[in-house]
This record gives sequence, structure tokens and C-alpha cells, in this order.
Amino acid sequence: MSEAAAVLQSHVDIPPAETPLTPESWGKLGMWVFLAGDAMSFGGLLAGYGALRASSPDWPNPLHTLGISLTAFMTFLLICSSVTMVKALSAAKHGEQVKFRLFLLLTIIGGTIFLTMQAHEWHHLTSEGMTMSGNPWGSSLFGTTFFVLTGFHGCHVFGGVVYLTCILFSGLKGRYTADNYNPVEIVGLYWHFVDLVWILVFTFVYLIQ
Amino acid sequence: MANTHAQHEEPNYMNIFWALAVLTVIEIGVVYLPTARLLIGFLLVSLACTKASLVAMYFMHLKFERSTLGIIALTPMILCVFLIFMLLPDLTAYNKQHTPTVKTVVSEHAETH
Repeated sequence: MSEAAAVLQSHVDIPPAETPLTPESWGKLGMWVFLAGDAMSFGGLLAGYGALRASSPDWPNPLHTLGISLTAFMTFLLICSSVTMVKALSAAKHGEQVKFRLFLLLTIIGGTIFLTMQAHEWHHLTSEGMTMSGNPWGSSLFGTTFFVLTGFHGCHVFGGVVYLTCILFSGLKGRYTADNYNPVEIVGLYWHFVDLVWILVFTFVYLIQ
Repeated sequence: MANTHAQHEEPNYMNIFWALAVLTVIEIGVVYLPTARLLIGFLLVSLACTKASLVAMYFMHLKFERSTLGIIALTPMILCVFLIFMLLPDLTAYNKQHTPTVKTVVSEHAETH
């Protein structure tokens, strides 16, 4: 073997570098970095919402105008879907295929019900005259910030449902085993983040008066 | 190569679920407390932060990850707190300037948009 070929060979044999932060995979570190960036998007929107609200003296009382019984249930639903997600990951880790698929399906159903209820809520609010540019109760920014914040979060839930469905389909093909469950862990991170953000949105938009 | 790291003990997820559910009920109860709005707001924000950190620590397994990953996760929080402090002087300036006729100015402002 010539020297050049030996050098080439040694290059080919270099194993892929392991990430120092998440030894499981680079994908997991990638998801964390994405979520940190996404958290800044939500943080910026929430800070902007707070600033607009603080400088609007005629801000409507969200408790009387938006109502919290439906959204409290939606919060509970997202928490439940987070639990089914960790159960799905735990089943995947232990190689329990049926349990894994069932819990993943339950998570998808939870997300879908959340989106349906949000669509119902938006329909109800728009029929009461609340839009992006005005509402019957006070500052027009109330509607703007409400639809932007809950809409941005809703898009994340929708994206999460699509993402989870893709993972479910490859799970049905038997791609995830006790030795290879990393993609399930990564989709779980995204889904819990969506739940975490909703906890904050629920508090700042619906509960604080 | 995958999943060769030391496996951590799985937390009891149902306990976390109950904690989150109970904290949500407390949050809704706090809204109707007959005390100052500022105190209620403070309580609500603390409860929400507790719930958010429970989700991050146990569901997202941050408690069992390397601490550098925790720093990545904390960065946006720190930046958001900075952002709020950066917005504060602007807000107080606005409120001082507009306090006497704040209602009309805001409604005019809203109409022009």
C-alpha cells in the first residue's frame, strides 16, 4: 500500500466526533440549541406583550373577556400529553413496542384536541368582535398580542403534532428499539418545550389581571 | 455508539404530573384571592416558573444532563430578564409623559394604526 493510500485510509477511519454535552447524539444538542433560540422568540413576544400592556391604561380584564375555564382544561390537557410523551419514551427505552406506539398516539391525540379547542376559542372570540385590530372591551393591542402569542404557540403545537406523527409512522415500521430511541427523546424535548411555553402563556395572557 | 452513557434513574413521572396538576389548580385559586393585584401577579409568576422548571428538570431530563446544557437552557431566560429591564425606562418615560391625558392619547394612537 502506498503512503498516500495509507493516509487516506487513516482519514476514513476517524470515528465521528462525540458531542461533549449530549453523548447520546448531536441531534439532541441541536434540538436544545434550537429550543434556546425558540425560547428567545417567545421571550421577546412575551416581553413586548408586557410592555404594550403596561403602557395601555384601558387593557381589558382577561378573566372577564377571555374566560379561563376552557384554557385551564387546555393547560391540563397539555400536561397530560407531556406525561404520555415521557411514558412513550420510557417504553421505547425498554423496548416495549406496543406501549411506546400507544402512548405516542395518545400524545398526538392530546395535541390535536388542544388545537381543536384553540380553534373553537378563536372562533368564539372573533364572533364576539375581537380581532387583530380591535375589540369591544378596550385597547386594540389586547387582540393583537392575544392572537400573535396564542397563534405562535398554536403553530408550535401543530408542528409538534406533525413531527410526532412522523415519529409514530417510523415507529410503526419498527425503527426504534431499546438501542436506538434517540429520535423519540428529541421529539419529546420539543413537545415538553411547547408544554412549558403554554404554562407561561396561560399565566401571562389569561391569569394576570 | 448510541445510548452508551450511564443510565440515570427514571424519576416518578406520575408524581410530577400530580404536582403540575395541583399547582395549576392553586394558580386558578390564586386569581380569585381578595388581595392586592401586585401580590397575585407575583404569586402567579412564581407558580408558573415552578411549573416550567418542573417540566424542564424532570420531563426534559435537564436535572440529569451535564451542567453546560443547563447553561444553554438558562441563556434565553437571562436575556429575557435583560430585555425586560431594557424596556422599563421606556415604559416609565411613556407613563410619565402621558399620565394626565393618557386615555385620549392611547385611543388616538390606536386609531392611527
